[in-house]
Amino acid sequence: MDILFLLIPLSVGLVFFILGGLWWAVHKGQFEDIEAEGERILRND
Amino acid sequence: MIFPNMQASVYNDKVVRQFAIMTVVWGVVGMLVGVIIAAQLTWPELNFGIPWLSYGRLRPLHTNAVIFAFGGCGLFASAYYVVQRTCHVRLFGDKLAAFTFWGWQLVILLAAISLPLGYTSGKEYAELEWPIDILITLVWVAFAVVFFGTVGTRKVRHIYVANWFFGAFIIAVALLHLVNSAALPVGFMKSYSAYAGVQDAMVQWWYGHNAVGFFLTAGFLGMMYYFVPKQAERPVYSYRLSIVHFWALIFTYMWAGPHHLHYTALPDWTQSIGMVFSLILLAPSWGGMINGVMTLSGAWHKLRDDPILRFLIVSLSFYGMSTFEGPMMSIKTVNALSHYTDWTVGHVHSGALGWVGLVTMGTMYYLIPRLFGQKKMYSVKAIELHFWTATIGIVIYIAAMWIAGVMQGLMWRAVNADGTLTYTFVESVKATFPFYVLRLLGGLLYLSGMLIMLWNVFKTATSGRSVDVQIPAVAAHA
Repeated sequence: MDILFLLIPLSVGLVFFILGGLWWAVHKGQFEDIEAEGERILRND
Repeated sequence: MIFPNMQASVYNDKVVRQFAIMTVVWGVVGMLVGVIIAAQLTWPELNFGIPWLSYGRLRPLHTNAVIFAFGGCGLFASAYYVVQRTCHVRLFGDKLAAFTFWGWQLVILLAAISLPLGYTSGKEYAELEWPIDILITLVWVAFAVVFFGTVGTRKVRHIYVANWFFGAFIIAVALLHLVNSAALPVGFMKSYSAYAGVQDAMVQWWYGHNAVGFFLTAGFLGMMYYFVPKQAERPVYSYRLSIVHFWALIFTYMWAGPHHLHYTALPDWTQSIGMVFSLILLAPSWGGMINGVMTLSGAWHKLRDDPILRFLIVSLSFYGMSTFEGPMMSIKTVNALSHYTDWTVGHVHSGALGWVGLVTMGTMYYLIPRLFGQKKMYSVKAIELHFWTATIGIVIYIAAMWIAGVMQGLMWRAVNADGTLTYTFVESVKATFPFYVLRLLGGLLYLSGMLIMLWNVFKTATSGRSVDVQIPAVAAHA
């Protein structure tokens, strides 16, 4: 199963990439006062 | 004439309009090919001895047309619409956006020519040969630049949850396409996969199931998270849940693929990992389903007289049903019965016709009148009729395939007291005949619903006109 030497590192890399995304979102304040964000799209577009 | 500075104050709805119309057109084409091959399975004489019309060549044409042409155009249209509306900014790169439209149509056209001619790389849901694969890559990179460019220039600080789903879908599909389509070209329209044997099978189903997960799930969840609240005129049930289930879904999705290779040459432990990850997926999947359906909490009466909302909510019911069925079928003991039977076909279609199809149709019924400056579709009665033909069609289709699949599984495993098989394979084929007829009937109903939609869309588009929508002035941005 040599292919796992490609697919597993790829998944691990992806997990770190996703973690980076989550970290960015949390620290940029994307998840503050979130219930209000659900309302916003109903107001104007 | 629109000057550049004037253009910046209106949304780019032209590309949305183009993709929306083509969604409906390709839907009709893809579903028609589906009906033809369903008829061929029932009466093989319908191959007519013409190679270009044989089942083996038309089947990939059907899957490519419904997934990438119908579903793909629907995703392009809704991603471009939603990202502009939620970011309060015009789409990044007008020319690039136009390239994604014409490039994607060219990919579809090339697929429609090359597949019947017999050009195939033999990879399920990735049959197109290497020159077309390169074109897909170019279009996809342009799509990513347009989408993330728009998010990057947004005028609203918060990135709405639907955009996270669209973003994950774009990135994951790029990765899947590159890894799975890696091949050595040995001529124009001929290549060999970079992987061999069971390695190739593993890559194939790593791609195949993640295509289900990121193309047919994450992308359409993005659609759901915008159009369900808009049509219901209520905020999503729990915005917190939408965030939790987004991260849970993308963290856990990648390793469900091996469940397509139970009881094969794939190592046993790899199969078991696939099964465990598939079972885990039930939780984030149902998180999205519950969140979408519960958005209607306190406004259930709207289902009574709004057929568009009914499309969207029933699609979520099918999503919930097929994401329960899928993990169950990935359990090895269940899979021993279901694998290679028509139960799998039924499962796929409860997800494809039920979830992906209905949510796309609901979204298009919301979008198309707005894109042509109309309040509602030309005929609301026709939407109602479409809803019922589609729903009844799906129910007939999947019920027929469930019965056929379980029957095939039981017949194949039946043994006599002396250890010989009770039934020959062809006896199971004969026993399936009535269910193939029923499946064809279900498919015909679903296709006729789509034809009603095409007529309704044509009437709406011709009685309206293309409108430019002003971007709201920078207001209370948190």
